[in-house]
Amino acid sequence: MAAEESAFNIHPMDQFVVKPLFGHDNILWYTPTNATLWMAIAVLAIILLMVMGTRGRAIVPSRSQSIAEEIYGFVYKMTEDIAGKEGLKYFPHIMTIFMFIVLANVLGLLPFSFTSTSHLAVTGTMAIAVFVSVTVIGFVKNGFRFLSLFWISAAPLPLRPILAVIEVISYFVRPVSHSIRLMGNMMAGHAVIKVFAGFAGALGVGAVAPIVAIMAVYGLEMLVTVIQAYVFTILTCVYLNDALHPGH
Amino acid sequence: MASETTDLAQSAAEAGHGAAEHYVGMPQLNFEWYPNQIFWLVVTLLVIYLILTKVALPRIASVLSDRANTISNDLEQAEALKKKAVEAEEAYKKALADARAEAGRIVAEAKVEIQKDLDVAIGKADAEIAAKTAESEVAIGEIRAGAAKSIEAVARDTALEVIKSVMPGLEDAKAVAAAVKSRMKGA
Repeated sequence: MAAEESAFNIHPMDQFVVKPLFGHDNILWYTPTNATLWMAIAVLAIILLMVMGTRGRAIVPSRSQSIAEEIYGFVYKMTEDIAGKEGLKYFPHIMTIFMFIVLANVLGLLPFSFTSTSHLAVTGTMAIAVFVSVTVIGFVKNGFRFLSLFWISAAPLPLRPILAVIEVISYFVRPVSHSIRLMGNMMAGHAVIKVFAGFAGALGVGAVAPIVAIMAVYGLEMLVTVIQAYVFTILTCVYLNDALHPGH
Repeated sequence: MASETTDLAQSAAEAGHGAAEHYVGMPQLNFEWYPNQIFWLVVTLLVIYLILTKVALPRIASVLSDRANTISNDLEQAEALKKKAVEAEEAYKKALADARAEAGRIVAEAKVEIQKDLDVAIGKADAEIAAKTAESEVAIGEIRAGAAKSIEAVARDTALEVIKSVMPGLEDAKAVAAAVKSRMKGA
């Protein structure tokens, strides 16, 4: 894939390579890598927006405070609407997930940056964390009544065992779709931009069409980054709602 | 697996071109990097969680509730002020109506007063006019009487002179006077 044609030096996957920040050692579990760097930048951005931006505590908010308040209100309302009043207990966790994903996604759009959320290791860990937490919450809150999630009492009795099997399978597939959706969207968009950038490089000065295409895809990607963060978060809320209210 | 990957990348780089080594396949499936990414992800999420729960979220929540309180207080105050304004308007209207009634009363009183004065003045003027008229009538009567007497005297004298010049020696002052008198009575 790297060297199919000598004219096109397009390596769309290189941007996803994890590299150590210092030296060329093997990557151990604690080695600071470019993934570490961009996650830290995301943390800094969150501090800048949510802590520095709201420093004024103004009744009439400044622009940055307004953004922080909007995000807060948006996630708060989403949690309340989908997971109900009981779900608000987990609002800080959901807010953490949303803030991390949205900033990792958006920061990934910067040229030469590294997109943490384009890695299955990251999205998969989060999806499994959500899956395990939600399952534990479901059993702790409802005991074995949580299993009624899989027993569709609205369906006719003969169909229920079949539906139960389907429900159980779909329940366990959740983390897979949850994580691959985000990672796939991030990876595909960035790879497409990189491919067009490779075309532009190959065409040189006359590369109008690839640059227009990059602009278009970049605009689309900005939309996708935020929407995927929203989708991941809203699905977390939906799963949480299932755990809190398995009856319906 | 690490050396394998590097070898692959290196061989690909050598085979294709002289550029830096490029990754072959999907970096997302390199499980060697998983512990590193998962470790830093957990650290990142914990840091974000602590920042949000210790600082950001309580602060934003308090700002939002402060704002809601301020707004509801302001609305209440506005309601109270509006009530006051309505009351003030009513008081103003009442005062205006009172003032109008008072003014009407004063005007009516003044009218009565003026009418009284006017009546007195008219009565006085009428009396004066009547007195003057009577006086004038007396004066006119006197003048008329005086005028008649003068006319008689002139007529007598003239008649006497006429007789004296026409028939000298026949003049009879008494007869002429009687004749003029009777003539003037007849006229």
